[in-house]
Amino acid sequence: MATKTADRTVSRVGWFQKMITSSVGQKIVMSLTGLFLITFLVVHLIGNLQLILVEDEGYSFNSYAYFMTNNPVIKTTSILLYAFIIIHAVQGLALWYYNRKARGTQRYAVKVDRTAGASKSSVYMGSLGMVILAFIIVHMVQFWGQMHFTDNVGAFEAEGYKGAKNLYALVSATYENIWMVIFYVVAMIFIAFHLWHGFRSSFQSLGLNHKKYTPLIKAVGYAYSVLVPLGFAIIPIIMYLRNHGAL
Amino acid sequence: MENMTLKLKIWRQGGKYPKGEFVNYTLDGVNTHMSFLEMLDVLNEKLIQQKEEPIAFEHDCREGICGTCSLVINGYPHGPMQQTTACQLHMRHFRDGETVTIEPWRSRAFPVVKDLVVNRDAFDRIIQAGGYISIDTGQAQDGNAIPIEKDQASHAFDAATCIGCGACVAACPNASAMLFVGAKVSHLAQMPQGKVEKDTRVQRMIAQHDAEGFGRCSNITACEAECPKGISVEHIARLNRQYIGATLGSEKVAN
Repeated sequence: MATKTADRTVSRVGWFQKMITSSVGQKIVMSLTGLFLITFLVVHLIGNLQLILVEDEGYSFNSYAYFMTNNPVIKTTSILLYAFIIIHAVQGLALWYYNRKARGTQRYAVKVDRTAGASKSSVYMGSLGMVILAFIIVHMVQFWGQMHFTDNVGAFEAEGYKGAKNLYALVSATYENIWMVIFYVVAMIFIAFHLWHGFRSSFQSLGLNHKKYTPLIKAVGYAYSVLVPLGFAIIPIIMYLRNHGAL
Repeated sequence: MENMTLKLKIWRQGGKYPKGEFVNYTLDGVNTHMSFLEMLDVLNEKLIQQKEEPIAFEHDCREGICGTCSLVINGYPHGPMQQTTACQLHMRHFRDGETVTIEPWRSRAFPVVKDLVVNRDAFDRIIQAGGYISIDTGQAQDGNAIPIEKDQASHAFDAATCIGCGACVAACPNASAMLFVGAKVSHLAQMPQGKVEKDTRVQRMIAQHDAEGFGRCSNITACEAECPKGISVEHIARLNRQYIGATLGSEKVAN
């Protein structure tokens, strides 16, 4: 047998771990989890719009919520979703901490963050992300937590929906409080700014910067980061106005 | 010819100022035609006459091509003029009576040596890790002997204009050196001679970049805005593509 001369000194053990923890690998993690969350937001918005688009005292929204909590495919995907939110947040916090340290012990007395193409929100992604994480925790406790782990939510009485809960009533009651409406609308502004940079940045991190496609990615990104948070923000506003008889 | 008076707030570190602090100076007779470094020369002459220690700052060619000057002026690496090194920045861009703050590059990977001088050996070590071609490229080739499109040669040249000054690190809110590494990787990866070792090169250079303690790029593009050569973040995208291709697509692993 011929002697193998190549590759004697190179160890391939742990190549994936090396790659995924490198500076580029960490960007790839942020990018891919971010893109998944971007896709999720669209699905979430389409589902939630049933709160205001169909006026049937919550029948469509409750049956949708029942489907989302019982369908095995959705349930599996939701585990992925929770995992990706956590990975995106933990990796983001780690990067924020590491990057702060990389500046050194002495910070600039005067610093102007002039950019070439990226928006100002790119500078504040970490801070925006932390506010959004706090929002997600409040949001999850308020709806998902109350529905799954407490008896605060009444039953959804309809044929074919055994054990379903009236999530619509909970949402509607929450948005009777003007402060909750303001909280949700303000949170969407933070998400919009986060997406304004995040959408196009996720493509750049994957190396997708292309003379032909980048203008399209940018345009779709800007439209997305305005329209999707706007879609979410009008839900509490409309529900509040309907609850108070203004609509 | 006009003369101005400037209020200078300059970072001094070492010697009389062991921990580092800002020291204020007032400098009269600043000629608008002086370069920024000539203005500092005049200040240093004055300090020497007063038996004070002159301010240490780095400079070499003073023609904007060597990448030695490294001043953050009023919050801008190399000063407020874009695509201009500090040595090519002229005093006509400042107003009479203006306060000018001068700081060194601030990065954990670029420790301050003295006053405004930082140690940029980290960049040398990144180059040593893979920013070279080790195959024998022989004598200078005959014209058109190496097949490469003009367009691609120009893109490689755009990356090759990097003077390695470190303004990208100084500008980046994350103190990342991705534009520097991107320029070097992109330059060589686009040339036929550099393609040979591209998979090993990108992995080794990224590993060295990370080991030096530079921050992680989050596509803020401040580097491109402050780069005295205007190198585009497109080269960072090419670096990312190269890295993904090399780690996932090739059998090469950098040790």
